[in-house]
Amino acid sequence: MKTNDVILQTATKIVLFVIVLFSVYIFFAGHYTPGGGFVGGLLTAGAIILLLLAFDMKTVAKILPFNYMNMTALGLLIAIGTGAGALLFNKPFLTHAFTYAHVPVLGKLSLHTAAIFDLGVFLVVVGVTMTIIQTIGEDE
Amino acid sequence: MINFLILPILIPLISGVLLIFAAKHVMLQRWIAGLSALLTVIFSALLVQKVKTDGIQTLNLSNWEAPFGITLVSDMMSALLVLTTSIVAFACLIYSFKSIGHEREKYYYYAAFSFLIVGVNGAFTTGDIFNLFVFFEVMLMSSYVLIVLGGTKIQLRESVKYILVNVISSALFVIAVGFLYSVVGTLNMAHISVRISEISEVAQPGIITVIAVLFLIVFGLKGAIFPLYFWLPGSYYAPPAPVLALFGALLTKVGVYSIARTYTLFFYHDTGFTHQLLSTLAILTIILGVIGALAYWDIKKIVIYNIIIAVGVILVGLSSMTPDSLAGSIFYLIHDMLVKAALFLLAGIMAAIAGTSNLKKITGLIKQYPGLGWTFFIAALTLAGIPPFSGFIGKVLIVKGGFEAENFWGAAIVLMSSLLVLFSIMKIFINGFWGTPRAYKDADQVPVGKLMIAPVILIILGVFYGVGSEFVFPYISQAAETLSNPNIYIEAVLKEY
Amino acid sequence: MEILMAFIIGILFMSATYLMLSKSLLRIIIGTGLLSHGAHLLLLTMGGLKRGAAPLLGEHAPSYTDPLPQALILTAIVISFGVTAFFLVLAYRTYQELGTDNMDRLRGNEGND
Repeated sequence: MKTNDVILQTATKIVLFVIVLFSVYIFFAGHYTPGGGFVGGLLTAGAIILLLLAFDMKTVAKILPFNYMNMTALGLLIAIGTGAGALLFNKPFLTHAFTYAHVPVLGKLSLHTAAIFDLGVFLVVVGVTMTIIQTIGEDE
Repeated sequence: MINFLILPILIPLISGVLLIFAAKHVMLQRWIAGLSALLTVIFSALLVQKVKTDGIQTLNLSNWEAPFGITLVSDMMSALLVLTTSIVAFACLIYSFKSIGHEREKYYYYAAFSFLIVGVNGAFTTGDIFNLFVFFEVMLMSSYVLIVLGGTKIQLRESVKYILVNVISSALFVIAVGFLYSVVGTLNMAHISVRISEISEVAQPGIITVIAVLFLIVFGLKGAIFPLYFWLPGSYYAPPAPVLALFGALLTKVGVYSIARTYTLFFYHDTGFTHQLLSTLAILTIILGVIGALAYWDIKKIVIYNIIIAVGVILVGLSSMTPDSLAGSIFYLIHDMLVKAALFLLAGIMAAIAGTSNLKKITGLIKQYPGLGWTFFIAALTLAGIPPFSGFIGKVLIVKGGFEAENFWGAAIVLMSSLLVLFSIMKIFINGFWGTPRAYKDADQVPVGKLMIAPVILIILGVFYGVGSEFVFPYISQAAETLSNPNIYIEAVLKEY
Repeated sequence: MEILMAFIIGILFMSATYLMLSKSLLRIIIGTGLLSHGAHLLLLTMGGLKRGAAPLLGEHAPSYTDPLPQALILTAIVISFGVTAFFLVLAYRTYQELGTDNMDRLRGNEGND
């Protein structure tokens, strides 16, 4: 099926970056306010799906040559690893640690291992969503 | 090492993730899966010993204090079940190496296998009712993958039904948890128990009884009790032998364990209605299971119906609620997990040799495969509960408890069912192994010797479990003590109460 | 408000049951989706519907909302999202392999003799 979707394709090229940036914002906003890895991951997956709609699967696979199954596994590994790190300090599984750091330009930063856990969640959500979409969309 | 009790969950979880990365390398996958299964067995055995010496182990995840966060609790019953699960999983894994085929191995078979163990061990260990739901879902998701993997027509067709039933029961689980939460305002199992005893001081309110029955429906759907077992014979018939063994030995037992946990920890104040209902349903489960096991002429179906009978027997012991019958139930639960897994694997070998599981087309196997025949014979005796073997001890305790609690019907039906179980299994032995030997087309390609390793390990363990019950029994009675006295559990989890 | 929610949940369950009793596989899947929506709303209602601040961020608000039901619902939604997706893929494969989505023709009785 070949359709003329110049408008969608042109718009996607711009909107895509807005969505991805917003998803990064949401991801970090999850630190203290609503947001986080799950929502951020869904937004990013939404952006990639928009790309899939505007272009076709082969083009997208060329732009983003990821194996989404492995991405899911990597995310799981990061999330579990963060949780299991607590075992090394003889703390209960999933116990998190945090500290405040002073960085010149940025000022006071709060560093939290939960952010790393959330990064894992982010990758899992993107990976799983894309795997599902690809499995259904694979054969036309 | 306060995190000890999470290791049987964490090891398969990590190995499951690694197995996704290694999807294309079959040998590497086998090594990872085998090693992690072995480690799980070792650590869960150590856990049992630790619970034996130090009492109930608890772990507050994320360091949240007990009633607020998620707590993992390893009492003797859950530790023993985790150990049995790990052993059964290890045996099924060894069997899979030689029988499951490269096609499935490349499509995340071992990863799904590991995640299934995560779910089952987690469900046995958790001390939080919603976390139990989450672990159920982990277990079910992996079981969906395992049941459909391979994609034959019968598998696709049956997994549709299997998933539908489980989705409905999951929705009911969420509903039941919602009701319970609105009444007691907590999710920690020990805390729920405390709150329920507070409101049940005079009499158990009606809403608690409703919730109890709702939980019975939810767990009964997973554990296959009458009348909710309708999905089981069809769905379990579809997958290949090691998956079937895993499902038959573990999945229904998680449902039974959950009934045991909730009915001894939450709903023990007014046993008049709920436990009477449980007892009646258990008796009907046995009867219907026996009818099924006698009626079919298919090896797999006969053994599948024996799962249903065993669930009934365990629940009869549970509904009597005496220390003896509870000990008997736990003893029988573990016995059944070991022996049922072995029987499914043996039935799988028979079906592989003959190319069919129809009993009318199989005869005279013992001439060519004496080892298989006699192993099957011992498994059959163990299952039916012939004295030196383990089924006997469990049933004696259940029957004794039944008489103490004046649950005469339950006791009598359990006794009579043993006879018919023996008959149904001997039907396989007599028809399948005796008679004139016949040549089977693909029999040479079946590596019988290598496949036999796993069931033989299980049967040896099962025999030791029965003959050495003197050694095993202190563990069982410690487990039963926690079940019959919820305060031990509550004190271990909430400390100050 | 709780009464209204009870009616909504009831309607959801009713439609879910109706859809799940139909023969088309796709309708059944939509039915399971509605069923889990109903269950999630029920969970929310059971936690108590009230306005209030989020807990743990200070002790100055006049009232607080219990965050637990929302956490439970989020978990349950994620799980049912995964299961529904899997179910849809499976239904599609089943349709491809067996050439039907009619549950009447998906009976099957192997090993029943």
